[in-house]
Amino acid sequence: MEKLYDKSLTELHDLLVSKEITATDLTRATLNRINETEKDVDSFITINDEKALELAKAIDLKGITESNPLAGIPIGIKDNIVTKDILTTAASKMLHNFNPIYDATAMDKVYQADMIPVGKLNMDEFAMGGSTETSYFKKTKNAWDHSKVPGGSSGGSAAAVAAGQVPVSLGTDTGGSIRQPASFNGIVGMKPTYGRVSRFGLIAFSSSLDQIGPLTRNVKDNALALNAISGYDEKDGTSAGVSVPDFTAGLTGDIKGMKVALPKEYLGEGVDAGVREAVLKAAETFKALGATVEEVSLPHSKYGVAVYYIIASSEASSNLQRFDGIRYGYRSENVKNLEDVYVNSRSEGFGIEVKRRIMLGTFSLSAGHYDAHFKKAGQVRTLIKQDFNNVFEKYDIIIGPASPTVAFGLGENINDPITMYMNDLLTIPVNLAGLPGMSIPAGFSEGLPVGLQIIGKAFDESTMYKAAYAFEQATDFHTKKPVILGGND
Amino acid sequence: MAISEEKAKHVAKLSKLSFSNDELKDFTDQLGKIIDMVELLEEVDTEGVPFTSNVAQSINVMREDVITPGMDRNELMKNVPESENGYIKVPAIIDNGEAGA
Repeated sequence: MEKLYDKSLTELHDLLVSKEITATDLTRATLNRINETEKDVDSFITINDEKALELAKAIDLKGITESNPLAGIPIGIKDNIVTKDILTTAASKMLHNFNPIYDATAMDKVYQADMIPVGKLNMDEFAMGGSTETSYFKKTKNAWDHSKVPGGSSGGSAAAVAAGQVPVSLGTDTGGSIRQPASFNGIVGMKPTYGRVSRFGLIAFSSSLDQIGPLTRNVKDNALALNAISGYDEKDGTSAGVSVPDFTAGLTGDIKGMKVALPKEYLGEGVDAGVREAVLKAAETFKALGATVEEVSLPHSKYGVAVYYIIASSEASSNLQRFDGIRYGYRSENVKNLEDVYVNSRSEGFGIEVKRRIMLGTFSLSAGHYDAHFKKAGQVRTLIKQDFNNVFEKYDIIIGPASPTVAFGLGENINDPITMYMNDLLTIPVNLAGLPGMSIPAGFSEGLPVGLQIIGKAFDESTMYKAAYAFEQATDFHTKKPVILGGND
Repeated sequence: MAISEEKAKHVAKLSKLSFSNDELKDFTDQLGKIIDMVELLEEVDTEGVPFTSNVAQSINVMREDVITPGMDRNELMKNVPESENGYIKVPAIIDNGEAGA
């Protein structure tokens, strides 16, 4: 069977059900494909080959039926999602040797769906970064241009899907870490509503913002994957007890009468001309499909980055206290007493960006700064949330760019934290408000993909998928491929 | 500069991190710039605005006080860097050798 790596989840499912291929064939082909392309994209930290093949064999024995749409489908997992007996590093030296003894709930669901995890994907260390360059292990490359970053922090998850190494992956998004790399790699990435997917077993960065979500090459595949991983989990006190609809149900292509909002702040200063043009064209496409598109204002969105860096860093400084060299992970050899174990293990085990965030968070929470920083940020967060509430009283979705720029060069921004942080300007407010946001392919600028961000009401991913699917059917951006996937130069 | 080197040193201590003098200089400078950026928030009027710490719908999640199987102790010990007789082993807590602990 030729080019299985280029097929959608539904095409693969049909081949598996009709027994034209087995799950074992598909897993082998996937592992070969990863082997052949890994030197170009470097998206995996760990390849789970033996266990994946064993699992595929067991699934073949059980049989694959139409009622199990994801059975036998290979999936890549971001390396901050804990996987039982599979090395889980969060791309940090701190966890270079960490073999979890349990699975994250999202992984339980992957196994329940009979999907096959083929490996763990590269990311920014502890998900802190926007280019996957802070990984302790390797630098992942953009699937379209290997001299560019894949975005981050889910850079491995996005590049692997865009390069055809896996048809679907799981990423995590704290301030844009699914949407920005999806945008940079020309694929579909969904950050679900806070609480939609259990965070149990996700190595915590910022607990009030983190969310797991799927990355795929088309909208329907994405909806299928979100179906599989969503739902209430008693192990996560913040997971939501709301019912999970079938996210593929509204994929009709018909969005007549849908009310679309376009915030003027999302097309302002700092947004590249090529990106702005693609988004304005997308607005025209929505109008042509029978939706109304109107300009709105999210006046506090410009404070999002500042609020985010206080809240996310404060929560991180607290969450990362657990990495102390005592119970798991890296322990410094260079110690005379217990205090040395803590300080030296942390100083040697964490990379520079992680230390920067721990320092900023500790500062924001320390005596004398708490009111001016942490408390103030929490209040402005309320205002950002209210901005969205006001818009959603009248509109069904909000559209804008997922990132102000297309993918930048490897090494270009790594020594300039503020420029790197500003890259998340358009995605961060969505996390602060707990809303769902996605990026879908919406054109090209400078030869690189542009992502359109769609933001929805809380727990209304269905309407976003409906809009995204209609847009996808009306445009041909998702059919364009990088050279590594057989596209033209 | 929004933060002094002395202050950065204090924050490093609270964070259980140590830095060389050069690193500390770089950090002080970068932290200062980031703090300048976040101080943009001062211009927002937040008088009487409630504080949002979390957007989750539920606040406290209770369950029945029933024992359920937990994780296996031997399994848990697998990732421990150093252990002895089933206990986690660490160096002496006080500086002056084993006797001090």
